[in-house]
Amino acid sequence: MPLWDWNYAWSILPDLLLALVTTIEITIIGSVIALVLGLVFAVLRRARIPVLDQILWAFIEVVRSTPLLVQVFFLAFAVLPALGLQWSAFVIGVVALGVHYATYTSEVYRAGIEAVPVGQWEAATALSLPSTRVWIGVVLPQAVPRVLPALGNYVISMFKEAPLLLAIGVVEVVNAAREAGSQTFRYVEPYTLAGVLFLLLSYPASLLVRRLERNR
Amino acid sequence: MIVFDRVEKRFGDTVVLHDLSFTVAAGEHVTLIGPSGSGKTTILRMLMTLETVDGGTITVGGQPLSHAPNERALRAVRRRIGMVFQQFNLFPNMTVRGNLIEGPCRVLGLSKDEANARAADLLDLVGLADRIDAHPTQLSGGQQQRVAIARALAMRPDVLLLDEVTSALDPELVAGVLSLLKDIGESTDITFLCVTHEMGFARDFSDRVMMFDGGRVIEDAPPDQLFSSPEHERTKSFLHAVLDH
Repeated sequence: MPLWDWNYAWSILPDLLLALVTTIEITIIGSVIALVLGLVFAVLRRARIPVLDQILWAFIEVVRSTPLLVQVFFLAFAVLPALGLQWSAFVIGVVALGVHYATYTSEVYRAGIEAVPVGQWEAATALSLPSTRVWIGVVLPQAVPRVLPALGNYVISMFKEAPLLLAIGVVEVVNAAREAGSQTFRYVEPYTLAGVLFLLLSYPASLLVRRLERNR
Repeated sequence: MIVFDRVEKRFGDTVVLHDLSFTVAAGEHVTLIGPSGSGKTTILRMLMTLETVDGGTITVGGQPLSHAPNERALRAVRRRIGMVFQQFNLFPNMTVRGNLIEGPCRVLGLSKDEANARAADLLDLVGLADRIDAHPTQLSGGQQQRVAIARALAMRPDVLLLDEVTSALDPELVAGVLSLLKDIGESTDITFLCVTHEMGFARDFSDRVMMFDGGRVIEDAPPDQLFSSPEHERTKSFLHAVLDH
């Protein structure tokens, strides 16, 4: 039996591509959650609302200090049953990934917000701008562009961490590869193809992020 | 128009302003001079609510500023005050036009057309009518400061605070900005409170000059009197030092 069988590789490719679509969906929806929730965290933390601030701080530290896999299991087998909720594996995975990465993007946003000179806040105060307008019109348009590369890198790492969700049965690329392999006991082609698919998307994406960095 | 009554300001253990009381009449042009660290800029910043007040009260146009009963009242009184900063602080993410219409549209509730007309008039006044679509980074320091002055005027303030507005400018750009301010001072009834190291400007522009040292007013007189025959030794040595270079 040859080390690499092209016919076999071609035969499993459609399944893997289909699973790749799931991985991309997870990444896109997870990114939206991470990018929006992270921004909400960063803005709320800046407001220093008593109690809420401590809760947020504790939440962010706990999430950042524990493995993603533990959080996925915790959400799936502890939180949701306790709340009497039944979510699909896909939804659980997307929410866990999104919230996990939100704690990282919130730190990125925070750095970007702190880089906006204090004079900008003062000029906004001198014009009596309402605080929503200060955020939307003045601070975020200056803070967000400079952290786009860092946010982009988190989107890429989320894409690469999506296979973790096979632990709760999400059929993403690596799970599909494992599935294919277990039917034929040939694992070289499935896992190689899975790796290549990740590489084909991650590498151009990281080049794009590097270009963003240079163009700042 | 502006009343400071026994105002106190501390940074940590350092008392920056001690038991400070003074009044500025409507339309009056008052310049604060004195060595750095004497608390002049802090006074402007407290008026703009950029610093808290640790004791005493500040009233503007009869309305409490340092002890406003609620956020709404604070906004109402603060809206009457404008400020021009040493570092201009234009919003770099907006064009000149954007900077000028932001406050009038979002705070005063002007329509976009009204705000644009006001912006055009003010840019005419500051001599930058052709730069309305430029971004702040494309302008020289002097031009940026002119836009910042126009931005403050667009809010039609009763009180305008000038915080060392020429300190960050190249020397050849200073005179133009100062003469613009003199023109504005003469043609409006705005009350000016101004911190500057430009003694010539202080002399021409002000109705009154207040000399600060160690967080207290040590001399308060019309400019001719204060610059020609200062009473206080500290004023003499300060003026000697700044006029002598």
